Amino acid sequence: MAQDNRPLSPHLQVYRPQITSVLSIVHRLTGIGLGAGAVALVVWLAAAAAGPRWFELASNMAASWPGQALLLGFTWALFYHLCNGIRHLFWDVGLGFELTTARLSGWAVIITSMLLTGISWAIGLSKVAGA
Amino acid sequence: MSNHSEMKSRLARVRGLGSAKEGVAHWWAQRLSAVALLPLIIWFSASLVYLSGANHATVLAWLKTPLAPILMVALVSAGFYHLQLGLQVVIEDYVHNGAIKLSLVIITRLGCALAALIGVFSVLRIAFGG
Repeated sequence: MAQDNRPLSPHLQVYRPQITSVLSIVHRLTGIGLGAGAVALVVWLAAAAAGPRWFELASNMAASWPGQALLLGFTWALFYHLCNGIRHLFWDVGLGFELTTARLSGWAVIITSMLLTGISWAIGLSKVAGA
Repeated sequence: MSNHSEMKSRLARVRGLGSAKEGVAHWWAQRLSAVALLPLIIWFSASLVYLSGANHATVLAWLKTPLAPILMVALVSAGFYHLQLGLQVVIEDYVHNGAIKLSLVIITRLGCALAALIGVFSVLRIAFGG
């Protein structure tokens, strides 16, 4: 096809990574990862509807160390995608495009997503321990 | 140019054209579902923290309250809709073979619809179950 011979724009790897570009890529990656998280949520809901034995199986899988590691990853991915999504919505209405603002909001997303992950796991684990 | 097309306004002549053939519909749907998900995700994460270590009976009781099943159905529906739109863009950006691209988009869209259906049905079964 003639279209195949058209010049291409430079590929991603020729650019120096910057916080804006890295966070944009991470937004996509967390979005894909949260797809797996959404499937896990459906499995959990279906197990709860199917009965106590299925629910126990799902709970045991979630409580195992690979399950816990995955859940920790889903938690951070969710909070990251949520915070960075809000950042994107501000850009969509034309706000926050100045370089200093975009970098600052990027760091705010990183710190806030980690804080929210830490706080929710601290409360969650203390509830498990107290139960 | 025929008389018919001259009768059309300029906007009517270009509507539906362009490389995407759909204007901003996909972009707009992605943003609308994102706005819907903001409060739902905050409610959902707070609920899961509250339910940490909960047994089966507690989870069932929670999904039988008046508000939780409605918000959970909204979350699952808006979530899989948003996911399907996002995954479609990723596929269209990185898969260049037309046949593979179309197959992946179809699998993604139908898979998201099926997963959402299972999630919604499970919630309703618990909410309306004895």
